[in-house]
Amino acid sequence: MNTTLAISRRELNAYFSTPLAYVFIVIFLALAGATTFYFGGFFQRGQADLASFFSFHPWLYLFLIPAVGMRLWAEERKSGTIELLMTLPVSTIQAVLGKFFAAWIFTAIALVLTFPIWITVNYLGSPDNGVIFAGYVGSFLMAGAFLSIGSFVSALTRNQVIAFVIAAAACFLFMMSGLEPVQSAFRGWASPFVVDLVASLSFLTHFDAITKGVFDLRDFIYLLSVICVFLFANAIVVDLKKGS
Amino acid sequence: MSTMLEIKGLTRQFGQFIAVNNVSFSVESGEVLGFLGPNGAGKSTTMKMVTGFLSPTSGTAVVCGDDVTRDPIAVKRHIGYLPEGAPLYEDMTPAGLLGFVANVRGLAGSDRRSAIDNAVAKLQLDEVYNQQIGTLSKGFKRRVGLAQAILHDPDVLILDEPTDGLDPNQKFQVRELIGEMSKDKAIVISTHLLEEVDAVCNRAVVIARGAKVADGTPADLERRSRYYNSVSVHLKTDRVDQLKSAVERIEHVSGVELGPVVDDVTQVLVVPMDGSEIVEAVNLQLVENNIPAEQIYVERGRLDDVFRQITSEGDAQ
Repeated sequence: MNTTLAISRRELNAYFSTPLAYVFIVIFLALAGATTFYFGGFFQRGQADLASFFSFHPWLYLFLIPAVGMRLWAEERKSGTIELLMTLPVSTIQAVLGKFFAAWIFTAIALVLTFPIWITVNYLGSPDNGVIFAGYVGSFLMAGAFLSIGSFVSALTRNQVIAFVIAAAACFLFMMSGLEPVQSAFRGWASPFVVDLVASLSFLTHFDAITKGVFDLRDFIYLLSVICVFLFANAIVVDLKKGS
Repeated sequence: MSTMLEIKGLTRQFGQFIAVNNVSFSVESGEVLGFLGPNGAGKSTTMKMVTGFLSPTSGTAVVCGDDVTRDPIAVKRHIGYLPEGAPLYEDMTPAGLLGFVANVRGLAGSDRRSAIDNAVAKLQLDEVYNQQIGTLSKGFKRRVGLAQAILHDPDVLILDEPTDGLDPNQKFQVRELIGEMSKDKAIVISTHLLEEVDAVCNRAVVIARGAKVADGTPADLERRSRYYNSVSVHLKTDRVDQLKSAVERIEHVSGVELGPVVDDVTQVLVVPMDGSEIVEAVNLQLVENNIPAEQIYVERGRLDDVFRQITSEGDAQ
Protein backbone atom coordinates (compact mmCIF):
# COMPACT_ATOMS: atom_id res chain seq x y z
CA MET A 1 0.00 0.00 0.00
CA ASN A 2 2.80 2.40 0.94
CA THR A 3 4.61 1.39 -2.22
CA THR A 4 1.59 2.19 -4.38
CA LEU A 5 1.22 5.48 -2.54
CA ALA A 6 4.88 6.37 -3.09
CA ILE A 7 4.54 5.69 -6.82
CA SER A 8 1.33 7.70 -7.01
CA ARG A 9 2.94 10.66 -5.31
CA ARG A 10 5.90 10.59 -7.66
CA GLU A 11 3.64 10.38 -10.70
CA LEU A 12 1.40 13.17 -9.53
CA ASN A 13 4.42 15.39 -8.92
CA ALA A 14 5.67 14.48 -12.38
CA TYR A 15 2.43 15.85 -13.87
CA PHE A 16 2.84 19.15 -12.11
CA SER A 17 6.54 19.44 -12.90
CA THR A 18 5.73 19.81 -16.59
CA PRO A 19 3.39 22.29 -18.31
CA LEU A 20 1.11 19.39 -19.20
CA ALA A 21 -0.80 19.65 -15.94
CA TYR A 22 -1.56 23.35 -16.29
CA VAL A 23 -2.32 23.15 -20.00
CA PHE A 24 -4.67 20.24 -19.37
CA ILE A 25 -6.52 21.91 -16.51
CA VAL A 26 -6.90 25.26 -18.28
CA ILE A 27 -8.09 23.67 -21.53
CA PHE A 28 -10.44 21.35 -19.71
CA LEU A 29 -12.01 24.16 -17.70
CA ALA A 30 -12.28 26.44 -20.73
CA LEU A 31 -13.86 23.76 -22.90
CA ALA A 32 -16.14 22.54 -20.13
CA GLY A 33 -17.38 26.12 -19.70
CA ALA A 34 -17.70 26.84 -23.40
CA THR A 35 -19.60 23.64 -24.18
CA THR A 36 -21.97 24.13 -21.25
CA PHE A 37 -22.90 27.68 -22.12
CA TYR A 38 -22.72 27.74 -25.93
CA PHE A 39 -23.52 24.25 -27.14
CA GLY A 40 -25.40 23.07 -24.11
CA GLY A 41 -27.49 26.24 -23.85
CA PHE A 42 -27.19 26.39 -20.07
CA PHE A 43 -29.21 29.60 -19.76
CA GLN A 44 -31.65 28.98 -22.61
CA ARG A 45 -32.73 25.67 -21.13
CA GLY A 46 -33.96 27.50 -18.09
CA GLN A 47 -33.52 24.48 -15.90
CA ALA A 48 -31.62 24.33 -12.65
CA ASP A 49 -29.50 21.30 -13.46
CA LEU A 50 -26.06 20.49 -14.87
CA ALA A 51 -27.19 18.17 -17.69
CA SER A 52 -25.74 20.54 -20.27
CA PHE A 53 -22.46 20.50 -18.34
CA PHE A 54 -22.10 16.74 -17.94
CA SER A 55 -23.35 15.74 -21.38
CA PHE A 56 -20.19 17.08 -23.03
CA HIS A 57 -17.77 15.40 -20.65
CA PRO A 58 -17.42 12.21 -22.70
CA TRP A 59 -16.39 14.28 -25.71
CA LEU A 60 -13.88 16.32 -23.75
CA TYR A 61 -12.47 13.18 -22.18
CA LEU A 62 -12.18 11.57 -25.58
CA PHE A 63 -9.12 13.59 -26.48
CA LEU A 64 -8.01 15.02 -23.13
CA ILE A 65 -7.78 11.79 -21.14
CA PRO A 66 -5.57 9.96 -23.65
CA ALA A 67 -3.23 12.97 -23.33
CA VAL A 68 -3.04 12.36 -19.59
CA GLY A 69 -2.57 8.62 -19.94
CA MET A 70 -0.16 8.49 -22.88
CA ARG A 71 3.00 9.15 -20.89
CA LEU A 72 2.35 6.73 -18.05
CA TRP A 73 4.30 3.77 -19.46
CA ALA A 74 5.53 4.90 -22.87
CA GLU A 75 7.80 7.47 -21.27
CA GLU A 76 9.22 4.98 -18.77
CA ARG A 77 10.10 2.58 -21.53
CA LYS A 78 11.52 5.21 -23.82
CA SER A 79 13.80 6.72 -21.17
CA GLY A 80 14.71 3.35 -19.65
CA THR A 81 13.50 4.38 -16.20
CA ILE A 82 11.19 1.36 -16.24
CA GLU A 83 14.29 -0.64 -15.34
CA LEU A 84 14.89 1.62 -12.36
CA LEU A 85 11.26 1.37 -11.26
CA MET A 86 10.77 -2.35 -11.75
CA THR A 87 14.00 -3.32 -9.98
CA LEU A 88 12.83 -1.56 -6.84
CA PRO A 89 10.83 -3.85 -4.55
CA VAL A 90 7.61 -3.16 -6.43
CA SER A 91 5.15 -5.61 -7.93
CA THR A 92 3.77 -4.95 -11.38
CA ILE A 93 0.27 -4.51 -10.01
CA GLN A 94 1.50 -1.94 -7.47
CA ALA A 95 3.25 0.00 -10.21
CA VAL A 96 0.20 -0.11 -12.51
CA LEU A 97 -2.15 0.97 -9.72
CA GLY A 98 0.21 3.67 -8.46
CA LYS A 99 0.46 5.26 -11.87
CA PHE A 100 -3.23 4.89 -12.61
CA PHE A 101 -4.29 6.46 -9.32
CA ALA A 102 -1.95 9.40 -9.89
CA ALA A 103 -3.51 10.09 -13.28
CA TRP A 104 -7.01 9.57 -11.88
CA ILE A 105 -6.40 11.93 -8.99
CA PHE A 106 -5.09 14.43 -11.48
CA THR A 107 -8.32 14.31 -13.49
CA ALA A 108 -10.25 14.52 -10.23
CA ILE A 109 -8.44 17.78 -9.45
CA ALA A 110 -9.48 19.15 -12.85
CA LEU A 111 -13.04 18.00 -12.23
CA VAL A 112 -13.21 19.57 -8.77
CA LEU A 113 -12.02 22.86 -10.24
CA THR A 114 -15.28 23.05 -12.22
CA PHE A 115 -17.02 23.86 -8.90
CA PRO A 116 -17.95 27.43 -9.98
CA ILE A 117 -20.56 25.95 -12.30
CA TRP A 118 -22.10 24.16 -9.35
CA ILE A 119 -22.14 27.40 -7.37
CA THR A 120 -23.67 29.17 -10.36
CA VAL A 121 -26.52 26.75 -10.76
CA ASN A 122 -27.21 26.85 -7.02
CA TYR A 123 -27.20 30.62 -7.11
CA LEU A 124 -29.60 30.76 -10.04
CA GLY A 125 -32.01 28.13 -8.89
CA SER A 126 -32.47 25.20 -6.60
CA PRO A 127 -31.14 22.13 -8.40
CA ASP A 128 -31.21 18.57 -7.11
CA ASN A 129 -27.70 18.42 -5.67
CA GLY A 130 -27.98 14.65 -5.33
CA VAL A 131 -28.25 14.35 -9.10
CA ILE A 132 -25.34 16.75 -9.55
CA PHE A 133 -23.26 14.69 -7.14
CA ALA A 134 -24.15 11.53 -9.04
CA GLY A 135 -23.10 13.33 -12.21
CA TYR A 136 -19.73 14.14 -10.76
CA VAL A 137 -19.27 10.57 -9.58
CA GLY A 138 -20.27 9.25 -13.01
CA SER A 139 -17.96 11.68 -14.76
CA PHE A 140 -15.10 10.69 -12.46
CA LEU A 141 -15.71 6.99 -13.08
CA MET A 142 -15.86 7.51 -16.82
CA ALA A 143 -12.59 9.44 -16.71
CA GLY A 144 -11.15 6.44 -14.86
CA ALA A 145 -12.41 4.06 -17.53
CA PHE A 146 -10.87 6.18 -20.28
CA LEU A 147 -7.66 6.41 -18.29
CA SER A 148 -7.40 2.66 -17.78
CA ILE A 149 -7.63 2.27 -21.56
CA GLY A 150 -5.04 5.02 -21.99
CA SER A 151 -2.68 3.45 -19.46
CA PHE A 152 -3.06 0.04 -21.11
CA VAL A 153 -2.32 1.43 -24.57
CA SER A 154 0.62 3.42 -23.20
CA ALA A 155 2.21 0.16 -22.06
CA LEU A 156 2.01 -1.21 -25.61
CA THR A 157 4.32 1.34 -27.19
CA ARG A 158 7.25 3.53 -26.32
CA ASN A 159 5.93 6.29 -28.57
CA GLN A 160 3.62 8.70 -26.77
CA VAL A 161 1.98 10.03 -29.94
CA ILE A 162 1.02 6.53 -31.01
CA ALA A 163 -0.25 5.86 -27.49
CA PHE A 164 -2.40 8.98 -27.69
CA VAL A 165 -3.92 8.24 -31.10
CA ILE A 166 -4.67 4.57 -30.38
CA ALA A 167 -6.09 5.35 -26.94
CA ALA A 168 -8.34 8.05 -28.40
CA ALA A 169 -9.56 5.65 -31.11
CA ALA A 170 -10.18 2.88 -28.57
CA CYS A 171 -12.08 5.25 -26.27
CA PHE A 172 -14.13 6.44 -29.22
CA LEU A 173 -15.15 2.87 -30.05
CA PHE A 174 -16.13 2.20 -26.45
CA MET A 175 -18.05 5.42 -26.25
CA MET A 176 -19.93 4.95 -29.50
CA SER A 177 -20.58 1.24 -29.24
CA GLY A 178 -24.24 1.86 -28.46
CA LEU A 179 -24.71 4.16 -31.45
CA GLU A 180 -25.55 3.48 -35.07
CA PRO A 181 -22.11 3.73 -36.78
CA VAL A 182 -20.58 1.06 -34.58
CA GLN A 183 -23.75 -1.03 -34.35
CA SER A 184 -24.16 -1.25 -38.11
CA ALA A 185 -20.55 -2.33 -38.46
CA PHE A 186 -21.36 -5.33 -36.29
CA ARG A 187 -24.91 -6.04 -37.44
CA GLY A 188 -23.81 -7.28 -40.84
CA TRP A 189 -21.97 -10.34 -39.60
CA ALA A 190 -22.45 -10.79 -35.86
CA SER A 191 -25.32 -12.51 -34.09
CA PRO A 192 -27.90 -10.28 -32.36
CA PHE A 193 -26.48 -11.42 -29.05
CA VAL A 194 -23.06 -10.01 -29.94
CA VAL A 195 -24.59 -6.80 -31.25
CA ASP A 196 -26.46 -6.35 -27.97
CA LEU A 197 -23.33 -7.18 -26.05
CA VAL A 198 -21.39 -4.51 -27.92
CA ALA A 199 -24.21 -2.04 -27.33
CA SER A 200 -24.15 -2.76 -23.63
CA LEU A 201 -20.47 -1.81 -23.52
CA SER A 202 -21.27 1.76 -24.49
CA PHE A 203 -19.85 4.33 -22.12
CA LEU A 204 -22.41 6.86 -23.25
CA THR A 205 -25.41 4.75 -22.30
CA HIS A 206 -24.10 4.05 -18.81
CA PHE A 207 -22.86 7.57 -18.26
CA ASP A 208 -26.14 9.16 -19.38
CA ALA A 209 -28.03 6.96 -16.97
CA ILE A 210 -25.85 8.06 -14.06
CA THR A 211 -25.98 11.78 -14.86
CA LYS A 212 -29.76 11.69 -15.18
CA GLY A 213 -29.83 10.63 -11.56
CA VAL A 214 -31.05 7.14 -12.33
CA PHE A 215 -29.22 5.27 -9.66
CA ASP A 216 -28.54 1.83 -11.06
CA LEU A 217 -25.69 -0.04 -9.42
CA ARG A 218 -25.01 -1.82 -12.70
CA ASP A 219 -23.81 1.41 -14.34
CA PHE A 220 -21.24 1.95 -11.59
CA ILE A 221 -20.20 -1.68 -11.65
CA TYR A 222 -19.84 -1.51 -15.41
CA LEU A 223 -17.41 1.43 -15.30
CA LEU A 224 -15.45 -0.04 -12.40
CA SER A 225 -15.12 -3.38 -14.15
CA VAL A 226 -13.85 -1.68 -17.31
CA ILE A 227 -11.17 -0.10 -15.14
CA CYS A 228 -10.26 -3.42 -13.54
CA VAL A 229 -10.10 -5.31 -16.83
CA PHE A 230 -7.86 -2.76 -18.52
CA LEU A 231 -5.56 -2.37 -15.53
CA PHE A 232 -5.19 -6.12 -15.34
CA ALA A 233 -4.37 -6.23 -19.06
CA ASN A 234 -2.03 -3.31 -18.43
CA ALA A 235 -0.07 -5.27 -15.83
CA ILE A 236 0.26 -8.25 -18.17
CA VAL A 237 1.52 -6.05 -21.01
CA VAL A 238 4.03 -4.33 -18.72
CA ASP A 239 5.42 -7.72 -17.70
CA LEU A 240 5.62 -8.92 -21.28
CA LYS A 241 7.08 -5.79 -22.77
CA LYS A 242 9.35 -4.34 -20.12
CA GLY A 243 12.48 -6.06 -21.35
CA SER A 244 12.05 -5.21 -25.02
CA MET B 1 32.70 -15.11 4.14
CA SER B 2 29.27 -16.19 3.06
CA THR B 3 27.75 -16.61 -0.34
CA MET B 4 25.53 -13.62 -1.05
CA LEU B 5 24.69 -14.21 -4.68
CA GLU B 6 24.48 -17.51 -6.45
CA ILE B 7 23.69 -17.73 -10.14
CA LYS B 8 22.62 -21.19 -11.24
CA GLY B 9 22.41 -22.13 -14.89
CA LEU B 10 20.90 -18.81 -15.89
CA THR B 11 19.61 -18.88 -19.46
CA ARG B 12 17.64 -16.39 -21.50
CA GLN B 13 16.37 -16.82 -25.01
CA PHE B 14 14.93 -14.09 -27.22
CA GLY B 15 13.14 -16.04 -29.94
CA GLN B 16 15.82 -18.19 -31.55
CA PHE B 17 18.65 -16.12 -30.11
CA ILE B 18 20.25 -17.34 -26.90
CA ALA B 19 21.43 -14.20 -25.13
CA VAL B 20 22.64 -15.92 -21.98
CA ASN B 21 23.49 -19.59 -21.99
CA ASN B 22 23.71 -21.57 -18.77
CA VAL B 23 25.80 -19.11 -16.79
CA SER B 24 26.67 -20.10 -13.20
CA PHE B 25 28.86 -18.47 -10.60
CA SER B 26 28.60 -17.22 -7.06
CA VAL B 27 29.78 -14.13 -5.26
CA GLU B 28 30.73 -13.96 -1.60
CA SER B 29 30.62 -11.12 0.85
CA GLY B 30 33.71 -8.96 0.48
CA GLU B 31 34.21 -9.85 -3.16
CA VAL B 32 34.18 -7.36 -6.00
CA LEU B 33 33.47 -9.35 -9.10
CA GLY B 34 34.26 -7.90 -12.50
CA PHE B 35 31.78 -9.21 -15.03
CA LEU B 36 33.52 -8.89 -18.36
CA GLY B 37 32.63 -9.51 -21.94
CA PRO B 38 32.50 -7.83 -25.33
CA ASN B 39 29.49 -5.68 -26.12
CA GLY B 40 26.48 -7.90 -26.72
CA ALA B 41 27.93 -10.85 -24.82
CA GLY B 42 24.98 -10.97 -22.42
CA LYS B 43 26.34 -9.02 -19.46
CA SER B 44 23.36 -6.69 -19.13
CA THR B 45 20.84 -9.45 -19.81
CA THR B 46 22.38 -11.50 -17.00
CA MET B 47 22.21 -8.56 -14.63
CA LYS B 48 18.60 -7.83 -15.58
CA MET B 49 17.69 -11.39 -14.69
CA VAL B 50 19.52 -11.31 -11.37
CA THR B 51 17.78 -8.09 -10.41
CA GLY B 52 14.35 -9.48 -11.29
CA PHE B 53 13.75 -7.20 -14.26
CA LEU B 54 13.74 -9.98 -16.83
CA SER B 55 12.58 -13.48 -16.06
CA PRO B 56 15.01 -16.24 -17.00
CA THR B 57 14.06 -18.82 -19.62
CA SER B 58 15.65 -21.34 -17.27
CA GLY B 59 17.93 -21.35 -14.25
CA THR B 60 17.74 -18.90 -11.41
CA ALA B 61 19.66 -16.59 -9.12
CA VAL B 62 19.60 -16.84 -5.34
CA VAL B 63 20.31 -13.62 -3.47
CA CYS B 64 20.83 -13.85 0.29
CA GLY B 65 18.74 -17.02 0.35
CA ASP B 66 15.86 -15.72 -1.76
CA ASP B 67 15.19 -17.13 -5.20
CA VAL B 68 14.50 -14.51 -7.85
CA THR B 69 12.04 -16.70 -9.76
CA ARG B 70 10.00 -17.42 -6.61
CA ASP B 71 10.21 -14.20 -4.63
CA PRO B 72 11.49 -11.38 -6.83
CA ILE B 73 10.36 -8.69 -4.37
CA ALA B 74 12.51 -10.14 -1.57
CA VAL B 75 15.47 -10.34 -3.94
CA LYS B 76 14.97 -6.73 -5.00
CA ARG B 77 15.08 -5.68 -1.36
CA HIS B 78 18.57 -7.18 -0.97
CA ILE B 79 19.95 -5.62 -4.13
CA GLY B 80 21.08 -2.14 -5.04
CA TYR B 81 21.16 -1.83 -8.80
CA LEU B 82 22.55 0.69 -11.24
CA PRO B 83 21.06 -0.13 -14.65
CA GLU B 84 23.11 0.37 -17.79
CA GLY B 85 23.30 4.05 -18.71
CA ALA B 86 21.93 5.01 -15.29
CA PRO B 87 18.36 5.88 -16.39
CA LEU B 88 16.77 8.44 -14.06
CA TYR B 89 13.59 10.50 -13.93
CA GLU B 90 15.03 13.58 -15.58
CA ASP B 91 12.31 15.95 -14.41
CA MET B 92 13.01 15.17 -10.76
CA THR B 93 15.72 16.56 -8.51
CA PRO B 94 18.18 14.26 -6.71
CA ALA B 95 16.25 15.20 -3.55
CA GLY B 96 12.97 14.05 -5.08
CA LEU B 97 14.39 10.91 -6.62
CA LEU B 98 16.20 9.74 -3.50
CA GLY B 99 13.11 10.52 -1.44
CA PHE B 100 11.00 8.45 -3.81
CA VAL B 101 13.39 5.49 -3.74
CA ALA B 102 13.53 5.70 0.06
CA ASN B 103 9.71 5.66 0.23
CA VAL B 104 9.41 2.68 -2.10
CA ARG B 105 12.09 0.86 -0.13
CA GLY B 106 10.04 1.41 3.00
CA LEU B 107 12.50 3.70 4.78
CA ALA B 108 10.82 6.13 7.17
CA GLY B 109 11.60 8.68 9.83
CA SER B 110 15.19 9.02 11.00
CA ASP B 111 16.31 5.93 9.02
CA ARG B 112 15.11 7.61 5.87
CA ARG B 113 16.82 10.87 6.72
CA SER B 114 20.15 9.26 7.58
CA ALA B 115 20.08 6.94 4.55
CA ILE B 116 19.59 9.88 2.21
CA ASP B 117 22.18 12.05 4.00
CA ASN B 118 24.67 9.22 3.89
CA ALA B 119 24.21 8.56 0.16
CA VAL B 120 24.37 12.28 -0.65
CA ALA B 121 27.57 12.66 1.36
CA LYS B 122 29.23 9.58 -0.13
CA LEU B 123 28.57 10.72 -3.68
CA GLN B 124 29.04 14.43 -3.01
CA LEU B 125 25.67 15.46 -4.34
CA ASP B 126 25.15 18.47 -2.05
CA GLU B 127 25.72 21.12 -4.68
CA VAL B 128 23.17 19.65 -7.11
CA TYR B 129 20.74 18.29 -4.53
CA ASN B 130 17.89 20.54 -5.62
CA GLN B 131 18.73 20.84 -9.29
CA GLN B 132 16.72 19.07 -11.99
CA ILE B 133 18.45 15.81 -12.95
CA GLY B 134 17.94 16.50 -16.67
CA THR B 135 20.21 19.53 -16.39
CA LEU B 136 23.07 17.72 -14.63
CA SER B 137 26.34 16.61 -16.21
CA LYS B 138 26.85 12.96 -17.07
CA GLY B 139 29.13 12.52 -14.06
CA PHE B 140 26.53 13.83 -11.65
CA LYS B 141 23.78 11.75 -13.24
CA ARG B 142 25.87 8.64 -12.77
CA ARG B 143 26.46 9.60 -9.16
CA VAL B 144 22.74 10.10 -8.57
CA GLY B 145 22.23 6.63 -10.06
CA LEU B 146 24.82 5.22 -7.67
CA ALA B 147 23.29 7.09 -4.74
CA GLN B 148 19.89 5.47 -5.31
CA ALA B 149 21.59 2.06 -5.60
CA ILE B 150 23.40 2.31 -2.25
CA LEU B 151 20.60 4.16 -0.46
CA HIS B 152 19.31 1.21 1.58
CA ASP B 153 22.81 -0.14 2.31
CA PRO B 154 22.16 -3.32 0.30
CA ASP B 155 23.98 -6.61 0.83
CA VAL B 156 24.45 -7.07 -2.88
CA LEU B 157 25.36 -4.26 -5.23
CA ILE B 158 25.01 -4.75 -8.96
CA LEU B 159 26.46 -2.02 -11.13
CA ASP B 160 26.14 -2.14 -14.90
CA GLU B 161 29.05 -0.16 -16.35
CA PRO B 162 29.29 2.25 -13.41
CA THR B 163 32.15 4.32 -14.84
CA ASP B 164 31.09 4.35 -18.49
CA GLY B 165 31.40 7.86 -19.88
CA LEU B 166 33.03 9.37 -16.81
CA ASP B 167 36.26 11.34 -16.89
CA PRO B 168 39.38 9.89 -15.21
CA ASN B 169 38.83 11.81 -11.97
CA GLN B 170 35.24 10.67 -11.71
CA LYS B 171 36.25 7.11 -12.51
CA PHE B 172 38.77 7.24 -9.72
CA GLN B 173 36.13 8.51 -7.27
CA VAL B 174 33.63 5.83 -8.21
CA ARG B 175 36.27 3.11 -7.91
CA GLU B 176 37.32 4.39 -4.52
CA LEU B 177 33.71 4.31 -3.39
CA ILE B 178 33.32 0.74 -4.61
CA GLY B 179 36.49 -0.23 -2.76
CA GLU B 180 35.21 1.38 0.44
CA MET B 181 31.88 -0.40 0.29
CA SER B 182 33.25 -3.81 -0.63
CA LYS B 183 34.11 -4.91 2.93
CA ASP B 184 30.70 -6.24 3.92
CA LYS B 185 28.98 -6.51 0.56
CA ALA B 186 29.06 -8.62 -2.54
CA ILE B 187 29.57 -6.34 -5.52
CA VAL B 188 29.21 -7.20 -9.19
CA ILE B 189 30.45 -4.70 -11.76
CA SER B 190 29.96 -5.24 -15.44
CA THR B 191 32.45 -3.53 -17.65
CA HIS B 192 34.37 -3.81 -20.85
CA LEU B 193 37.17 -1.68 -19.43
CA LEU B 194 39.97 -3.96 -18.32
CA GLU B 195 41.75 -1.28 -16.33
CA GLU B 196 38.71 -1.35 -14.09
CA VAL B 197 39.30 -4.99 -13.24
CA ASP B 198 42.84 -4.18 -12.23
CA ALA B 199 41.68 -1.19 -10.25
CA VAL B 200 38.83 -2.59 -8.17
CA CYS B 201 38.05 -6.26 -8.70
CA ASN B 202 39.41 -9.20 -6.81
CA ARG B 203 37.79 -11.66 -9.16
CA ALA B 204 36.75 -11.67 -12.80
CA VAL B 205 34.18 -13.66 -14.75
CA VAL B 206 34.37 -13.41 -18.51
CA ILE B 207 31.45 -14.24 -20.77
CA ALA B 208 31.34 -14.37 -24.54
CA ARG B 209 28.32 -15.09 -26.72
CA GLY B 210 26.24 -15.70 -23.61
CA ALA B 211 28.46 -18.37 -22.06
CA LYS B 212 31.02 -18.18 -19.28
CA VAL B 213 34.55 -18.59 -20.66
CA ALA B 214 36.73 -17.71 -17.67
CA ASP B 215 36.47 -17.28 -13.91
CA GLY B 216 39.40 -16.36 -11.70
CA THR B 217 41.40 -13.60 -10.06
CA PRO B 218 42.79 -10.90 -12.36
CA ALA B 219 46.23 -12.44 -11.76
CA ASP B 220 44.94 -15.84 -12.92
CA LEU B 221 43.73 -14.23 -16.09
CA GLU B 222 46.97 -12.39 -16.67
CA ARG B 223 48.78 -15.69 -16.36
CA ARG B 224 46.94 -16.86 -19.45
CA SER B 225 48.52 -14.12 -21.49
CA ARG B 226 51.34 -15.16 -23.79
CA TYR B 227 53.11 -12.07 -22.55
CA TYR B 228 53.00 -13.25 -18.93
CA ASN B 229 56.55 -13.12 -17.48
CA SER B 230 57.96 -11.73 -20.69
CA VAL B 231 60.91 -9.40 -20.25
CA SER B 232 60.93 -5.92 -21.61
CA VAL B 233 64.39 -4.48 -22.41
CA HIS B 234 64.96 -0.88 -23.46
CA LEU B 235 68.24 -0.36 -25.29
CA LYS B 236 69.93 1.62 -28.04
CA THR B 237 68.54 0.65 -31.43
CA ASP B 238 71.94 -0.37 -32.89
CA ARG B 239 72.30 -3.01 -30.19
CA VAL B 240 68.99 -4.73 -30.94
CA ASP B 241 70.43 -7.38 -33.27
CA GLN B 242 73.08 -8.25 -30.74
CA LEU B 243 70.39 -8.74 -28.06
CA LYS B 244 68.30 -10.85 -30.40
CA SER B 245 71.04 -13.32 -31.11
CA ALA B 246 72.00 -13.40 -27.42
CA VAL B 247 68.55 -14.24 -26.07
CA GLU B 248 67.86 -16.82 -28.74
CA ARG B 249 70.36 -19.02 -26.92
CA ILE B 250 68.06 -19.11 -23.88
CA GLU B 251 66.10 -22.33 -23.60
CA HIS B 252 62.61 -21.05 -22.78
CA VAL B 253 62.35 -18.09 -25.10
CA SER B 254 59.71 -18.42 -27.78
CA GLY B 255 60.46 -15.19 -29.61
CA VAL B 256 61.43 -11.56 -29.60
CA GLU B 257 59.11 -8.69 -30.48
CA LEU B 258 60.11 -5.15 -31.23
CA GLY B 259 58.22 -2.32 -29.62
CA PRO B 260 58.24 1.43 -30.30
CA VAL B 261 61.43 3.43 -30.82
CA VAL B 262 61.77 6.60 -28.77
CA ASP B 263 64.87 8.81 -29.06
CA ASP B 264 66.84 5.98 -30.66
CA VAL B 265 65.92 3.65 -27.80
CA THR B 266 63.98 0.52 -28.78
CA GLN B 267 61.76 -1.51 -26.54
CA VAL B 268 62.40 -5.21 -27.08
CA LEU B 269 60.02 -7.74 -25.65
CA VAL B 270 61.45 -11.17 -24.97
CA VAL B 271 58.52 -13.58 -24.84
CA PRO B 272 58.89 -16.83 -22.88
CA MET B 273 57.36 -20.22 -23.60
CA ASP B 274 54.36 -21.05 -21.37
CA GLY B 275 55.08 -18.19 -19.02
CA SER B 276 58.42 -19.51 -17.79
CA GLU B 277 60.56 -17.18 -15.74
CA ILE B 278 63.34 -15.96 -18.00
CA VAL B 279 64.32 -12.66 -16.48
CA GLU B 280 67.48 -13.97 -14.85
CA ALA B 281 68.61 -15.73 -18.01
CA VAL B 282 68.01 -12.58 -20.05
CA ASN B 283 69.92 -10.52 -17.54
CA LEU B 284 72.79 -12.98 -17.66
CA GLN B 285 72.97 -12.75 -21.45
CA LEU B 286 73.04 -8.97 -21.26
CA VAL B 287 75.98 -9.06 -18.87
CA GLU B 288 77.90 -11.79 -20.71
CA ASN B 289 77.57 -10.08 -24.06
CA ASN B 290 78.20 -6.70 -22.55
CA ILE B 291 74.98 -5.16 -23.87
CA PRO B 292 74.07 -1.98 -21.99
CA ALA B 293 70.31 -1.81 -21.29
CA GLU B 294 68.58 1.34 -20.15
CA GLN B 295 65.66 -0.46 -18.53
CA ILE B 296 64.71 -4.04 -17.92
CA TYR B 297 61.49 -5.26 -16.33
CA VAL B 298 59.08 -8.20 -16.23
CA GLU B 299 55.64 -7.82 -17.82
CA ARG B 300 52.64 -8.98 -15.78
CA GLY B 301 50.73 -10.19 -18.75
CA ARG B 302 48.23 -8.16 -20.65
CA LEU B 303 44.58 -8.44 -19.67
CA ASP B 304 43.34 -7.04 -22.94
CA ASP B 305 45.32 -9.67 -24.74
CA VAL B 306 43.81 -12.44 -22.63
CA PHE B 307 40.40 -10.89 -23.04
CA ARG B 308 40.69 -10.88 -26.82
CA GLN B 309 42.01 -14.40 -26.80
CA ILE B 310 39.31 -15.98 -24.65
CA THR B 311 36.37 -14.04 -26.02
CA SER B 312 37.21 -14.77 -29.64
CA GLU B 313 38.15 -18.43 -29.25
CA GLY B 314 34.65 -19.52 -30.20
CA ASP B 315 34.67 -17.42 -33.36
CA ALA B 316 37.46 -19.48 -34.84
CA GLN B 317 35.65 -22.77 -34.24
